[in-house]
Amino acid sequence: MRELSLHILDLLENALEAGASRVELAIAEDLEGDELAIVVRDNGRGMEQQTLQQAVDPFFTTRTTRHVGLGLPLLAAAARRCDGDLVLESAPGVGTEVRAAFRHSHLDRAPLGKMADTLLAFLLYKDGSAPELHYQHRVGVQVFELDTAAVQAELGDIPLSHPAVRGWLHDYLVEGEAELAARP
Amino acid sequence: MPKLKSIEDLKKVREQAQRDLKVRTETGTRIIVGMGTCGIAAGARETMHAILEELDRQGIEANVTTVGCIGMCSKEPLVDIEQAGRPRITYCNVDPNMVPRLIEEHLRQGNVVYEWTMGRVPSEGIGQGS
Repeated sequence: MRELSLHILDLLENALEAGASRVELAIAEDLEGDELAIVVRDNGRGMEQQTLQQAVDPFFTTRTTRHVGLGLPLLAAAARRCDGDLVLESAPGVGTEVRAAFRHSHLDRAPLGKMADTLLAFLLYKDGSAPELHYQHRVGVQVFELDTAAVQAELGDIPLSHPAVRGWLHDYLVEGEAELAARP
Repeated sequence: MPKLKSIEDLKKVREQAQRDLKVRTETGTRIIVGMGTCGIAAGARETMHAILEELDRQGIEANVTTVGCIGMCSKEPLVDIEQAGRPRITYCNVDPNMVPRLIEEHLRQGNVVYEWTMGRVPSEGIGQGS
């Protein structure tokens, strides 16, 4: 995929499909240590050890709509290409954690890309009934965060997918990310 | 409208949203974008962004939502348009360049763009994907 944010959208979709009610996404750009780490943690149904081992096999999927599952294998390949790796941890009934690490300065590392669009695509899932999302993006010492539980508390019964709300979310995310990029 | 960027500004958004929530749920249009691995790799996120921008530009209010893979991966990005009292239409291989015409002809003029459709299914049919 052309952007890491597209892989991240894919990871977020996995969390939804696992029936999670809360998802934590952390992106840490450690410029001194030359590492970019992506962690997605969900409280979905989790996987047995055997399923977990098959999850990075492109010819394994739990879906019935098709016969391949390329999301995690593509991300694992992208990470390994950049002197990094992909680590999965999961327990049935508890949830799943996916950690992908890349060498930040590696020539083959795709740019992070449009995080605002990725997060919005996730939050619009099934008419705004996506799980709660806690998002944190750290670049050096700068941090940008969004907790959709706090946003939802402010909105009451108005869904995140409401046109006025989705516009606000997009602008908020674009500006937050732009400020991070401007102050490394 | 000025840019709203603080959580406090959400209060204004909420007030605005509450006023028209009822109207929208009764006359709702839903635009559904497939967002599985296949959709994402084929550019569905960009297609969704183009849809949101075009709706804003034309001042059309419609619900936009995403769903997982429904198994027609080679036709992604898939976009379904559902309007009250009308059949649900599935458009396939929708790239951002196709979006303005889709919104103009289907939503504004009420004409299905048949050359881009996959087919028609009942409103409770596909797209609620796994």
